[in-house]
Amino acid sequence: MENQIIETQSINLTKEDFSSDQMVKWCPGCGDHAILHAVENVFPNLGIRKEDFVVVSGIGCSSRFPYYMNTYGFHSIHGRAAALSTGVKVANPKLSVWMITGDGDCTAIGGNHFIHTVRRNVDINILLFNNKIYGLTKGQFSPTTPKGTKTKTSPQGSFERPFNPGELVIGAQGNFFARTLDTNPKHMTAIFIEAEKHRGTSVVEVLQNCVIFSNKAHELITSRETKEENQLMIEHGKPLIYGANRDKGIILKGTKLETVKIGENGITEEDILVHDSHEIDPGVHVMLSRMMPPEFPVALGVIRAVDFETYNDEMDTTIKHEKEISKIKNVDDLLNSGGTWTIE
Amino acid sequence: MTIKKSKIVGLEQVVVRFAGDSGDGMQLTGSLFSDSTAFAGNDFATFPDYPAEIRAPQGTVAGVSGFQIHFGRKTVYTSGDLADVLIAMNPASLRANRKWIKEGAIIIVDYDTFTDKGIEKAGYTTDPCLDGSLDGFNLIKAPISTLTKDALVSLNLDNKSVLKSKNMFSLGIVMYMFNREIDLVSKYFETKFKANPLVVEANKMVLAAGFNYADTLEVLGSTFKVEAAPLEKGKYRNITGNVATAWGLMAASERSGRELFLGSYPITPATEILQELAKHKDLSVKAFQAEDEIAGIVSAIGASFTGSLAITTTSGPGLSLKGEAIGLAVMTELPLVIVDVQRGGPSTGLPTKSEQSDLLQALFGRNGDAPVIVIAAQSSVDCFYSAFEAAKMSLEHMTPAILLTDGSLANGSEVFKIPRVSDLPKINPPIVQANDPNYKPYRRDPEKLNRFWAIPGTDGLRHRIGGLEKEDGSGNVSHDPMNHQRMTLLREEKVMRVANYLPDQIIYGDENADLLVVSWGGTYGVMRTVVEKMQKQGKSVSLAHFRYIMPLPKNTEALLSKFKKIVVCELNNGQFVKYLRMSFPQYKCEQYNKIQGLPFMVAELEEKFNALLKH
Repeated sequence: MENQIIETQSINLTKEDFSSDQMVKWCPGCGDHAILHAVENVFPNLGIRKEDFVVVSGIGCSSRFPYYMNTYGFHSIHGRAAALSTGVKVANPKLSVWMITGDGDCTAIGGNHFIHTVRRNVDINILLFNNKIYGLTKGQFSPTTPKGTKTKTSPQGSFERPFNPGELVIGAQGNFFARTLDTNPKHMTAIFIEAEKHRGTSVVEVLQNCVIFSNKAHELITSRETKEENQLMIEHGKPLIYGANRDKGIILKGTKLETVKIGENGITEEDILVHDSHEIDPGVHVMLSRMMPPEFPVALGVIRAVDFETYNDEMDTTIKHEKEISKIKNVDDLLNSGGTWTIE
Repeated sequence: MTIKKSKIVGLEQVVVRFAGDSGDGMQLTGSLFSDSTAFAGNDFATFPDYPAEIRAPQGTVAGVSGFQIHFGRKTVYTSGDLADVLIAMNPASLRANRKWIKEGAIIIVDYDTFTDKGIEKAGYTTDPCLDGSLDGFNLIKAPISTLTKDALVSLNLDNKSVLKSKNMFSLGIVMYMFNREIDLVSKYFETKFKANPLVVEANKMVLAAGFNYADTLEVLGSTFKVEAAPLEKGKYRNITGNVATAWGLMAASERSGRELFLGSYPITPATEILQELAKHKDLSVKAFQAEDEIAGIVSAIGASFTGSLAITTTSGPGLSLKGEAIGLAVMTELPLVIVDVQRGGPSTGLPTKSEQSDLLQALFGRNGDAPVIVIAAQSSVDCFYSAFEAAKMSLEHMTPAILLTDGSLANGSEVFKIPRVSDLPKINPPIVQANDPNYKPYRRDPEKLNRFWAIPGTDGLRHRIGGLEKEDGSGNVSHDPMNHQRMTLLREEKVMRVANYLPDQIIYGDENADLLVVSWGGTYGVMRTVVEKMQKQGKSVSLAHFRYIMPLPKNTEALLSKFKKIVVCELNNGQFVKYLRMSFPQYKCEQYNKIQGLPFMVAELEEKFNALLKH
């Protein structure tokens, strides 16, 4: 993608180029509005022609997204957006493909397509809106709903163990995982740009609030009072320091992460773990993805960004090579290849 | 050198069946004999009969692998009913194939394998070659294993390698019986085993040994010759249905200028299409082996949206899984070819056996009113043309098309007169030019009613589509009741109008015959054979064999109206007959069904038709 960005620097686009004429029908106060605005702000600044974006979705509230973007768009069926995006990208690797999905669409009904797309490393961007609930079907627990949560289908409290999307992505050998918040437009914008820059499947988990069915699901991380102590903004090459007074940090002790207070027990800033998003070994990345309040702050930012061959590049390279070495140049050659005989 | 037997009997057509343990190399033996048959100028068709297991226990009936070839001096329509010659490499293969041979047939067995243990493993209690159960057959008890060992004594090979080449001994016998030249096969060894000269030598020696041994056989009083068939001038090759399907799709890609994308998941008996297309990256084919059937079709829909000729291939269970996505392609009105190589069902059913039981699923197996084009290939070679046509119709009419083939066509092979791609019709998909001011996602062609294809990356055509109901014209999401009714009718009418571009349904025979036999898809060969045979006997029978199922050719009703008695023959419990009764309730259709995972036999059809003619 970086080449493309350089080539097309001269493209002048604005947010308005990407707003569709359709009425946005999400609930007032829904986190999806903020994500839509962030994406509308990002697209004009990527140096990509507006005709080269394709926005693909599955089913659910978030999956209405393509209708609200003035790009080529495809609102597909439940869970299948990853497969559809794969087809689009493999068919035309020049396109910038953005898949919009939710926790149910992506990690329940679409779980299989999701992990295999990540494993193959198809060069697409996946924005996973995680509100930890089924919204469009009106409030059933999803694979990311915390244990104990009462929903319409878990009236006594869910007794299922939830997925952590980051752990799922990295477990599927994913090379890019980032997390951001619907309440922080600036951070979202920066992360979406990082996702596009990364070649391969870039998964961004957006912690998104459903005002109706799981309102305040991320409150500890987002509320004014508690967010400083529960958010860890991570950046490659920077120490993992957080807190209102920036006096807390993460260290690696033995094989585990631990929170520490700088200045206590002889801990200095030197002792704090420095984030390396390019490390191939996924160990620390998984641990960072798993951090949750109250024991830990939630890691926000690019947790993992490792270069690896993409499926679409490998496909194109193989095709190019085969075309060079094969004697078969067209279907006539093929039909006449191998054992044939002639009747005079 | 040996002196050939002087007596040569001329034959019109012959069926030879090679059978052995699945490790005995019967498929190779059969395909080499096919090559030699092609060289002899005969028309032919073949069918492999594999066990469902890769390597079932050695020496058991479950582990028997067979290969049948039917060749003749006239057009050969099928791989044949019952064999004139059976080669059985062990007791189990004799037992498994006993019911597939004609009375009086020649049976050649490797008698070395008829040990007490071998006989018992096959499930016999006594030696069938001695207990009189094969009286009436021309049984040749050849010590093939021993003679193979003797032939190779000078090469000092280990026992395993020696026994591996005994299939060539049996091939040598059959080559002799049909007056074939063995040089062609020897040349094949030289290319195939180039890296291993010892293997080349061993195979050549054993082949020659078998050939010479046959000459010494007193019981084989004569040899046979099937004269060359009067095939049209041209270049020919042998092709299986699955390879023909793959190549037909590639030809369509070339004639439409659309890159081929395949999204598929391995499933018997369709897998070879995926394998064949995966080979041809040299022709820019993008074959994506998906994580499941659903990803196979949905990735293809993504590629179709992006401007590719998009294909998904499967068998019955996979077609079930793809149902929802086919509906998405119907709603988004995108071209997509779904190839269903039918097998015995329901559920896992009979994966290696053939059936025609996915017809109703293909026609109706989706939520909502979701019509698609359905066409059915009628022979292994026709898989090439049907696949091409399915792609053409789908691309030009902007609607999914299901191509039905079946296990018999897929694995069977036939003589294929090689066409020139430039002689195939051009395919013209309705692609929208950049910045077309009149473009609307659901604006339609007034004749065909197709919408137009606006491909991502094109300037000035950005638009959104999806599975929600579309407003006529604009393509915006619409829940308007009248719009839904209008769009449902438009989607239906679009598919029905494909009939305007189809040739008339052909009748083989007299339009005033007493009996019209109706069939469709893969049974063409046997139906033609039976009906031609009966017509020659002066019976008043005609045949209408359908390739176009949805829509039916426009003359279908007129055609049915001419006959007082109609019988619809299918390898299922009566699906096409239901469809005809539903479409044309005014005509009485009788039905004849076979649901055994086996093809129709000439004799059983003849008996049925004769009975119908009497009443």
